[in-house]
Amino acid sequence: MTTTTAPPSVAADSRPAHTFFSPARIGAIASNTLLELVRLKVFYFLLIFALLVIGSSAFMVRFTFQEQFQVLKDVSLGAMSIFTWLLSVLATAMLLPKDIEDRTLYTILAKPVPRLEYLLGKLLGVLLLLLVSTLVMSALFAAALYLREQTVIAETAQNTPPEQLAEAVRNLKAGAFTVSLIPGIITIYIKAALFSALTLFISTYASSSIFTIMISVAIYIIGHLQSTAREYWLAGGDAGALTKIFLAIISLVFPDLQLFNLVDDIVAGNAIALGLFLKTAGLGVVYTCIYLLVAYFVFANKEL
Amino acid sequence: MRHLLVAITLLAFGAGKLRFEQQLTEAHRRAFFHGAKLNLDLRQQIGQLGFIAALSGFRSLVADVLWIQAHSAWENTQWGKMVLIFDNVTALQPRNVMFWDMAGWHMAWNASVAAIQNPKQPREALRIKAQREYFRIGRDFYERGIENNPDRYLLHDRLGLLLREKFQDHCGAAAEYDLARQFPGAPEYEKRFAAYELSYCPGHEREAYERLLALYKMGEQEWLPTLLKRLSFLEENLHVPAEQKVYIPPDTPK
Repeated sequence: MTTTTAPPSVAADSRPAHTFFSPARIGAIASNTLLELVRLKVFYFLLIFALLVIGSSAFMVRFTFQEQFQVLKDVSLGAMSIFTWLLSVLATAMLLPKDIEDRTLYTILAKPVPRLEYLLGKLLGVLLLLLVSTLVMSALFAAALYLREQTVIAETAQNTPPEQLAEAVRNLKAGAFTVSLIPGIITIYIKAALFSALTLFISTYASSSIFTIMISVAIYIIGHLQSTAREYWLAGGDAGALTKIFLAIISLVFPDLQLFNLVDDIVAGNAIALGLFLKTAGLGVVYTCIYLLVAYFVFANKEL
Repeated sequence: MRHLLVAITLLAFGAGKLRFEQQLTEAHRRAFFHGAKLNLDLRQQIGQLGFIAALSGFRSLVADVLWIQAHSAWENTQWGKMVLIFDNVTALQPRNVMFWDMAGWHMAWNASVAAIQNPKQPREALRIKAQREYFRIGRDFYERGIENNPDRYLLHDRLGLLLREKFQDHCGAAAEYDLARQFPGAPEYEKRFAAYELSYCPGHEREAYERLLALYKMGEQEWLPTLLKRLSFLEENLHVPAEQKVYIPPDTPK
């Protein structure tokens, strides 16, 4: 009678096998990135935003109620656009240089973390920061608009005959916070997300944060003129060959940022069709993915 | 190699998105009638920074800053400066009806009154000329506003009021009120105003009478003093037989 002894089980190691793509690892990098950015006290800009909204709301008292709502909406949404854009560029531009300077990058990449996951985690961290900022700013904006609306309604109720009051209040409410503002705010966020990915791509090439920021700002301006260049190029005017090549490069390489400026028209009282909004938002998401992909192409084999 | 890969990816994506972006731009234009004219005239008026801001997606913000400047100009009765600013504001935000409305009102009502009462101009003929010029500028703002906002009733209403009050063009006012009443969400009074104005328009008395009669038959809530007065006037004018005349309550103001 013979007995066989089983070989020691390999499965005794209880650690999960390493996977090529791990949402948990990306989540860890993203949450750390968010934490780092929060520690940099970036949310203080919200205080400036609040002051701007409250200040403009108080300053506008001498205007008619239509003017008050108009200016309050324009100032708030304009400030939201500027702040989210600035935040996306400044926060993303410092990610890689800071990680290299702190040597955190080497610690992370020495572990079995693919570079794509690292980039994706970093980008998601910034996108989370932008999301929180946009939500807080939207809440502040909605509160300021609501308070202004209630004040104006109370004033109107005192000076309007009862039979005309319902109509007056209806007009007032139509001019204040409307659902159509929400797609406008979402596009502000998508534009900022696109810019984060673009800045991340530039920073994979760049040697300093300053360079990344300068190039991002330049692209911001060029991006708003892209549609003009594209239309001129597609119209096939009588421009020289060199000009045409220049226009073609601008049209092909740069994003058309004017497409994401829905707020100007929404504030003017135009409702945006769902299909149009989804196409615009979809384009923004595709841009974000493409810039992340090319950032990975550069970063994948970069000597650090 | 990686640079080449990046260039190929960006160019390939660029070629793919090109038509889509162009179609989307056209769709935006159709949806919003984008008519912002960011030309050199505007550049000179709003300065380099303002122009860059407008180009960089802050058109509405720049328009608001200019609007506040216009408000200050109004407080200082600088009417000429106001016209220039209003031109720029409406060029930046052509789809904002409020800007067209207020610009037209400031010109046709405030500036025109200031012109006719101008103490620095002793010659009445020149004061009247200046007043008419401001009427014309106000009308021009409304008409350009309508061109840029063919889907809104408000500027038709305002133009109707201007034609009625300042130009005494009742036929034109009736036409504008008629256009205004056809828009969904337009106030009920547009229909009445169109009929009232038509009753003053030579050659349209019969049509005006029928419209006013139709309103009268809608019930007592429509028996407003002006309606009853105009109906009574047209009955006399059109020699309506006594038995067909409508009942006018005795307490109706003459």
